[in-house]
Amino acid sequence: MGDNGAGKSTLVRVIAGADPADKGVIEWKGEPVRVHRPQDARALGIATVYQDLALCENLDVVGNLYLGREVHRAGVLDEVEMERRASELLGSLAIRIPDLRAPVATLSSGQRQSVAVSRALLGAPEAVVLDEPTAALGIEQATHILDLIEQMRERGLAVLIVSHNLGDIKAVADQVAVLRLGRNNGFFDVNTTPQEQIIASITGATDNTGRKPVRPWP
Amino acid sequence: MAVNDREPPPGGATRYLRECLRLLRWGAGTLVTAWRVGRTGSLPVVLGLVVIWIVFESIDTDFLSARNLSNLSVDLVGMGLITVGVIFVLLVGDIDLSVGSVSGLAGAIFAQLNVNAGVPEWLACLIAVLGGAAAGAVHGFFVARLGVPAFVVTLAGLLAWNGLMLFILDTHGSINLDDQGLVATLTNHYFGNALIPLGLAALGLAAYLAVALLGRRRRTVAGLPGPTLGAVAVRAGLLGAVLFGAAGVFIGFRGLPLSVLILLVTLAVLDFVLRRTTYGRKIFALGGGIEAARRAGIAVEAVRMSVFTVSGAMAAVGGLFLASRITSVGQTSGQGDLVIDVIAAAVIGGVSLFGGRGTTWAALLGVLVIQSIASGMALLGVQVAVQFMITGSVLLAAVVLDSLSRRAQRSHGRA
Repeated sequence: MGDNGAGKSTLVRVIAGADPADKGVIEWKGEPVRVHRPQDARALGIATVYQDLALCENLDVVGNLYLGREVHRAGVLDEVEMERRASELLGSLAIRIPDLRAPVATLSSGQRQSVAVSRALLGAPEAVVLDEPTAALGIEQATHILDLIEQMRERGLAVLIVSHNLGDIKAVADQVAVLRLGRNNGFFDVNTTPQEQIIASITGATDNTGRKPVRPWP
Repeated sequence: MAVNDREPPPGGATRYLRECLRLLRWGAGTLVTAWRVGRTGSLPVVLGLVVIWIVFESIDTDFLSARNLSNLSVDLVGMGLITVGVIFVLLVGDIDLSVGSVSGLAGAIFAQLNVNAGVPEWLACLIAVLGGAAAGAVHGFFVARLGVPAFVVTLAGLLAWNGLMLFILDTHGSINLDDQGLVATLTNHYFGNALIPLGLAALGLAAYLAVALLGRRRRTVAGLPGPTLGAVAVRAGLLGAVLFGAAGVFIGFRGLPLSVLILLVTLAVLDFVLRRTTYGRKIFALGGGIEAARRAGIAVEAVRMSVFTVSGAMAAVGGLFLASRITSVGQTSGQGDLVIDVIAAAVIGGVSLFGGRGTTWAALLGVLVIQSIASGMALLGVQVAVQFMITGSVLLAAVVLDSLSRRAQRSHGRA
């Protein structure tokens, strides 16, 4: 969590390989790894849902789901297989999109968000990073996305959500890390920490930067 | 059939009229919806073309004669090939203004090598096309690697390649090509045998049916909704009408022109590349959003460079066809309104200037519109000045349609 400009989205892009870090170390399962390109993160099993969704508006739902990892034989696309798998995946996530061949530009923002989330799940990742997944949505659609996040957790995926909505975090998260001005301003256990303490950390009323974190990451 | 029950059942003629009106309203409604979601495809340009043909035919009955249509078809091949290349660039959301100059340059390279240096024709052709591809790759490098706007890079190319062409032509004002040679054959060869166009039309129709029906069966087996048999039949019927109609036109004059066959095969192959291969999917992805494509792991720079290379190569190929048509290369080759006509043709054919929307067949349809206007005006003896104004208006109309459709799609999407 963190206020505007805290560096949340930048951190997401660094993890995803979209904006490689100038310095520092990324550790994955205890090993230092190099993430310079989006493919690197994907190869490690890290999938990302960006705040702007990063969908191609002109392509249809199937095209977007498989963008960059099309099912093909000698460069020739296998549209039928892609559509079959896409329809299976969306079905298993209880996402209803009437026409998988409609350009994404014609979908509602909730449907787009669902497409972006399912795209992240398509490559069977081990960890999913979501940047402000509910910020642009209405209440009902946001609930659906939160349900999806719960489903991911139940499937045993690690989920990292960036949000500034404390309600969402309370609903689905176990741990919260607060960023402030690009630095870590504390780790909290969502279920035991009072809301006020987290808010104080976000706004800077309690400044933990430059000191040891309140408690090490479990 | 919903007959209004407050009125007595109308008689034959009224009822027929009412049914027609209902159908029309339904058709218009479907069209508007299709337009809102940006899925009208080639319908507006086909309608426009029909209108243009009807107007010219009603003024001068020579317009739709086999002779005129056949000549028109051969005339449009060079421009059509250049347009396909430009479509690749437009699809990623860039623009290529240099294609006219590159086509002239290719003609000059070929003429100097073949006529003045005695290089065999096939080798001279190859070098000319590679030269065009190289010119395109240079544009691509500046646009993709250095991030210079394509508009400026290719504008510079327009001037520079024209300069290079004049330099290559040197003191020769124009060079006449061998009128029995390979390049001349490209546009002056006709397959006189009537069975060839008919056979090829049947082959094309059979190929379409096979692909459509096999695809439909695969979808059914996979449990996916497919097109209804009726829809396949209607499309096959339309395609058959067009193919056999064209075959009839060509048989009525001198037979199937080799150049038209080359254009159609090129369009079909590149259509396959764009719609059915991973490379084509990458091009569309770039047109839909460069940043989204980059984050999906697409090598954006390489794809962007490649489309400019394709555009340069196709411009060179088109340039050879243009040279072939007049069997000479001169200082004005590839100059004048060629660039504007080519880009206009792409947009009129339904390629979006905003990138990400269009097919290779737009090249054929758009060039047909522009050449039909030119040919009709020439037939009527109207000044070039008027022709420019009309082509300009058609281009403006096409761009307005493109912009409005995009806006409608946007607001529809956010609803």
